[in-house]
Amino acid sequence: MTATVTATAALALGDDALVLSHRLGQWAGHTPVLEEEVALANIALDLLGQARVLLSMAGDEDELAYLREERAFRNVQLVEQPNGDFAHTIARQLYFSAYQHLLYDRLAEGGGPFAPLAAKAVKEVAYHRDHAEQWTLRLGDGTDVSHERMQRACTALWRYTGELFQPVEGLDADWPALEAAWLERVGEVLRRATLTVPEGPRSGAWTAGAGRQGLHTEPFGRMLAEMQHLHRSHPGASW
Amino acid sequence: MATAAAAQDTDRGTDHGTTARQGVFDAAVAADERIEPRDWMPDAYRATLVRQIAQHAHSEIIGMQPEANWISRAPSLRRKAILMAKVQDEAGHGLYLYSAAETLGVSRDELLDKLHTGRQKYSSIFNYPTLTWADVGAIGWLVDGAAITNQVPLCRCSYGPYARAMVRICKEESFHQRQGYELLLALSRGTPEQHAMAQDAVDRWWWPSLMMFGPPDDASQHSAQSMAWKIKRHSNDELRQRFVDICVPQAESLGLTLPDPDLRWNEERGHYDFGPIDWTEFREVLKGNGPCNEQRLDQRRRAHEEGAWVREAAAAYAGKHSGTSETGATRA
Repeated sequence: MTATVTATAALALGDDALVLSHRLGQWAGHTPVLEEEVALANIALDLLGQARVLLSMAGDEDELAYLREERAFRNVQLVEQPNGDFAHTIARQLYFSAYQHLLYDRLAEGGGPFAPLAAKAVKEVAYHRDHAEQWTLRLGDGTDVSHERMQRACTALWRYTGELFQPVEGLDADWPALEAAWLERVGEVLRRATLTVPEGPRSGAWTAGAGRQGLHTEPFGRMLAEMQHLHRSHPGASW
Repeated sequence: MATAAAAQDTDRGTDHGTTARQGVFDAAVAADERIEPRDWMPDAYRATLVRQIAQHAHSEIIGMQPEANWISRAPSLRRKAILMAKVQDEAGHGLYLYSAAETLGVSRDELLDKLHTGRQKYSSIFNYPTLTWADVGAIGWLVDGAAITNQVPLCRCSYGPYARAMVRICKEESFHQRQGYELLLALSRGTPEQHAMAQDAVDRWWWPSLMMFGPPDDASQHSAQSMAWKIKRHSNDELRQRFVDICVPQAESLGLTLPDPDLRWNEERGHYDFGPIDWTEFREVLKGNGPCNEQRLDQRRRAHEEGAWVREAAAAYAGKHSGTSETGATRA
């Protein structure tokens, strides 16, 4: 595997973690219960830690985070979706952490360049996944209101989940097997949460692999504008 | 809070019994022993502690806002990680402190309700806005510095659960304070624009930080009793002076100035003299007329109200699944 291929794959994984961490960081001071201030910040910090390792494999972490344009980001569209309500955030986290856990588990075993990071991160992600699954159960099988909100969130984000299993060059994984395992795990949680597994398309002309090719959704540019503004205002400064 | 405490007292016995228990309490305080939740304590002692610990907890929770304001704009990934960890620690401190308050017979919900309805206060400092990135550093250095100066003596407070919470909190706060100082140092030694940003932040946060020690000793309504009960160990003015004495050399090594033309070393006192504090501003901020009072409370109330359905869902789910293992993970 060439260094470039590794760097490209590192960027894809690093951008996923960076962007989702940023989104979760926006919950600080706004969560429904104080324990979630701690939990969501904790997940955001784990992801930021992963992002820093991965981006450093691809180059300078700050240059990559702060000085790339929207079209150069390689994250999947799922992670850039705005937080929405708590159910929306939990559905995004459920989908992503189930995927990330399966992928990191595979990468940790594979012994490639991502094995050391994946071996450490898979433990963090197991916690993220449990957190999302437990909230999916509570919201899905809680009150009528929470059930409806959770169902709406799961359905709305469903179309972004096909992209997770588009092969990424440099990542040694059996993508169809990962996808099958993901569908089984997520489907089981949704059913236990008394929710209906969404039936809409999970890939299509636009969403299939679009984020990995630098094609993002509209809210992403605004997110980057806020994230990068200060850094870009002081070229060459160190912080 | 006073009602709960009074009810408990009536349940437990007669006036005669109360007098005897008062003696035991006074002796324990005099001997620097810790008062624990099951010990008898005067109603007013309980009420004072509830007020102080709740206000302290509220300050941690409201205090997340001015800093969280910069999480999405932090200029490097390292700084962003530090800031997120700090804001997370503050939520944790709030949780410890609400737990400490709950040992006195009040519930977290009750206290949050008092915060949301303006019946309990939080530190006036968090009603100031964070306008630049350097404010994050100034808060770490000055605001956390003032908090530590105030709180280290509380590690020896007569009420055990509060004292133990403060030991844990002070360790983390000292770490935050060093990080804030280091952030300002990087700015001060950076580009001219960064240096100016750091100086501007210190100019805006210096006086509000001095106000964190509370009104001057001759105008502090709770001080004497709190000191007699060994809840407080030093007067507001003593702690404020200690803080100024610590900050002046730190400002010098930062290469920044403090915005006080009257600030100078007094050889005779062995302390720095400093200029008069604007107590009118302090009172206005406490009354709710500071720059961000409304915004801070609004955000807190909104988070709580908008989260109601989530808390209701969690309660409903727990109700349905009580008797089975609580978590989905263990049932899987």
